[in-house]
Amino acid sequence: MNAPLGTLDRPNSYIGRSVSRPNAKRLLAGRGRYVTDLVLPRMLHAAFLRSPYAHARIVSIDVAQARAMPGVRLIATGADLAKLCKPWSGTLDHFKGMKSAPQLPLPLEEVLWAGQAVVAVVADTRAQAEDAAEAIAVEFEELAPVVDVDAAREPDADRAAVAVPDNLCFGSRLDTGGIDEIFAGAAHVVEEEFHFGRHTAVTLEPRAILADWDASEGKLTVHHATQTPYQFQDLYSRHYGIPEASVRVVAPDIGGSFGMKLHVYHEDMAVVGLSMLCGRPVKFAADRIESFVSDIHARDHRVRARMALDAEGTILAMDVDDVTAIGPFSTYPRTSAVEGNQVIRLMGAPYRFDSYRAELSVVFQNKVQTSQYRAVGHPIACAVTERLVDMAAARAGFDPVSLRERNLIPDDAYPCTSPTGYRFEALSHRKSLARLKTLMGYDALRAEQAALRQRGIHRGIGIASFVEISNPSPAFYGIGGARISAQDGAVLAVTPSGDVRCQISVTEQGQGTETIIGQIVADQLGIARERVRVITGDTENTPHGGATWACRGAGIGGETALQAARKLRGNVLSLAATILQARPGDLDMRDGVVVDRLSGMERISLAEIARVAYFRSDTLPQDASAQLTVAHHHAPQGYPFAFTNGVQGCHVELDAETGFVKILRHWVVEDCGRIINPLLVDEQVRGGVVQGLGAAFFEECRYDENGQLTNGSLADYLVPMACEMPDIAIAHIETPTADTALGAKGCGEAGTAAASAAALNAVNDAMAPFGASIAQIPMTPTRLLRALGTI
Amino acid sequence: MTAAVPVTLTINGETLTRLAEPRETLADFLRRDLGLTGTHAGCEMGVCGACLVMLDGAPVHACLTFAVQAVGAAVETVEGLSESAAIADLQRAFHERNALQCGFCTPGMLVTAHGLLMRKAMPNREEIRDALSGNYCRCTGYEAIVDAIEAVARRRAAGETAAAFLEEPA
Repeated sequence: MNAPLGTLDRPNSYIGRSVSRPNAKRLLAGRGRYVTDLVLPRMLHAAFLRSPYAHARIVSIDVAQARAMPGVRLIATGADLAKLCKPWSGTLDHFKGMKSAPQLPLPLEEVLWAGQAVVAVVADTRAQAEDAAEAIAVEFEELAPVVDVDAAREPDADRAAVAVPDNLCFGSRLDTGGIDEIFAGAAHVVEEEFHFGRHTAVTLEPRAILADWDASEGKLTVHHATQTPYQFQDLYSRHYGIPEASVRVVAPDIGGSFGMKLHVYHEDMAVVGLSMLCGRPVKFAADRIESFVSDIHARDHRVRARMALDAEGTILAMDVDDVTAIGPFSTYPRTSAVEGNQVIRLMGAPYRFDSYRAELSVVFQNKVQTSQYRAVGHPIACAVTERLVDMAAARAGFDPVSLRERNLIPDDAYPCTSPTGYRFEALSHRKSLARLKTLMGYDALRAEQAALRQRGIHRGIGIASFVEISNPSPAFYGIGGARISAQDGAVLAVTPSGDVRCQISVTEQGQGTETIIGQIVADQLGIARERVRVITGDTENTPHGGATWACRGAGIGGETALQAARKLRGNVLSLAATILQARPGDLDMRDGVVVDRLSGMERISLAEIARVAYFRSDTLPQDASAQLTVAHHHAPQGYPFAFTNGVQGCHVELDAETGFVKILRHWVVEDCGRIINPLLVDEQVRGGVVQGLGAAFFEECRYDENGQLTNGSLADYLVPMACEMPDIAIAHIETPTADTALGAKGCGEAGTAAASAAALNAVNDAMAPFGASIAQIPMTPTRLLRALGTI
Repeated sequence: MTAAVPVTLTINGETLTRLAEPRETLADFLRRDLGLTGTHAGCEMGVCGACLVMLDGAPVHACLTFAVQAVGAAVETVEGLSESAAIADLQRAFHERNALQCGFCTPGMLVTAHGLLMRKAMPNREEIRDALSGNYCRCTGYEAIVDAIEAVARRRAAGETAAAFLEEPA
């Protein structure tokens, strides 16, 4: 018997309860164990000589002087590692016509971006390895760098990589038909050209990896700061030809990831080979400058878009052209085309309209590779849609909120399918917008805005509805041939003392995965959560699974834990019934004690059941089954994604003299289905919002015309600081998915999905009295002054 | 490169001597030579604040200080501040409020908060946000951290003393 989920009035009712994270105490005491902290016996350190050019041919490499330097154990070039490692290509079969230059850990002949690792040095200390790297002489012959996305698509354009015939990685087109006629006959048409800057994850802990090849056992152990240890187990196995069972990937504490640490990086693949060549553990931790020139970047889209409305202000159609530049090749194994694909498919997602046309061009250039980073594609689709909605409201004479109220898909119209092909199960846009209006005191803010404008104070209010993709099914990667699992697995056991151990494939990067899994297991078993130990992040000690990305920890990992716990509870009650000569259905478990379900009378403790099962099975009947360990795997079924939704509001004040914007307040109403831990959900949303505001106002990887990153340090690349960020108010609507018993969807990307869109609308609202507008993020003071005509 | 020289200083109350290359930063010295890995290196240029330690009673970037510059100084790291319970109330408030996610910035945040509350007993939210401007956090969005520090200031003003943090059950 299972009590309704989310009721908090019974013992061990943890689903829906704000509890703090047990594993956070270790981090607070400075006892975190990050890969950057790890030291193994006889460990060596790797450093890399990097290309100073965005595009060049390697003419010669002279390592003689470096090889003689103190502490140097190995110097390896592309040719050395190519003997061990099979090349990779970042394409997916279901992206028809996609192409990408094959990649090796280190290049053989051609370097493709400034900062690419060219030669590896392994030495006793990192400092010695860096000293020796400086003594390597590489002669490069410069090639023309491809930088501009339009020039890149000219017929005779220089190629970003010699191995591909042209610079179009992937193109895609959606068309429901009749678009030109609809626009020609529409009462209102608004259009804009948007620019979204490149930015990057800037995890506080840079990428780090420690590979340990043990030739005596034929075993590779890799301590890897990654979200997805199973994916890397598979990749190291296949590319280095080591049997999968002899590859162990351990992901210990990770200092931030946000999608950035689940891609293949050349240095990381190299370190595995370096360890094999040295026969010793080899560690590489990127320094911050290396992070900027080698971590994936994201976004970098130019979108031309228009929206047609009828005379009553009803949206009729959208027409979109997205060009995105992804670097010189497509990232492996998730590709660099997913963001563009999600941009054109998430366009207009909250709104009811039938006609849509989109063109996507994914273009190569000689900059750092781009790929999936928190809220893949969402901020672009959301900002384009929501800005067009605001422009349409102004054109048709509506308040921005009332035009949304008119056009949002009604909450009772689900399930439905978007003109871009997404199937939505159940969303709550209208309820969310109504809640936001109250939460932010919308009408009062508008009145205050009008009054302040009289005094020359220019405040702006921005609204942005959004849809978030979470819990992808195998239709996302598996169908395209990538060995990236959509399922997760858990092994759940009662220990001999009656504690519970949960080994599960979803991983922890601080969002609270282990905490919510512990809550679900304790809730469903009926024990105190302090007695549940959750183990994650080690391919040798947890079942294979997709791990943590696309907000799947709660929705897929949580359901896996829930079903495993129900299975274990069944086994426990069955064994208890045997011992007690009772019927399992008459028993229940509360606080780790089996009780009579109706009277609540205590019958036997879990610890006593475990003692009998493990040490005195001789006292059980011969046919008794004492199975106190269970395994369960869960893959999403039903809808291909668990879409979530919400709406954000942003309130800003613009200093029209300086172009500086003060973010006064930010609000989020969010519907992630069943909430397991409100405290953790709110902090996921807040953190996500701040990454979105960073993109809106500060963060941009700036390149010069030669393809050189000009702001690759934390002093030059602006990350949001505490003093610039507002307090963020959050409210929830709960529409659980019916695809699972748990009903949870994702929440980690919701904040980032719409924060920059709300900010863009708010700033444009503030600039409206000047007749000025902006359609580019980040909205730097310079760009705002230019928009205002001041400079 | 120059030969290593003896460095004598007091770390978390213990005076010790180690050889260090003149180019070795205090952050590397703490992490590598002493195994005090609670001090983190995030940018190695004094921007992100992950490496902050108390040096003679004030927060200092361990990545911008050479180990040889700290000769004779008294350094306290997050490990020492935890063991002495000097920041126990901050740690508890951070834990309750979930004012950390990945935890990489957290030791530096605690050091900044500790230094701030020594300078000013009851800072307002704006002053807390201002004081945290040398500490980057990529996970939380800062609000929970501000809340936690504000809560500790209030509790200290109300005369609450902190029990040791580490021994409490999670």
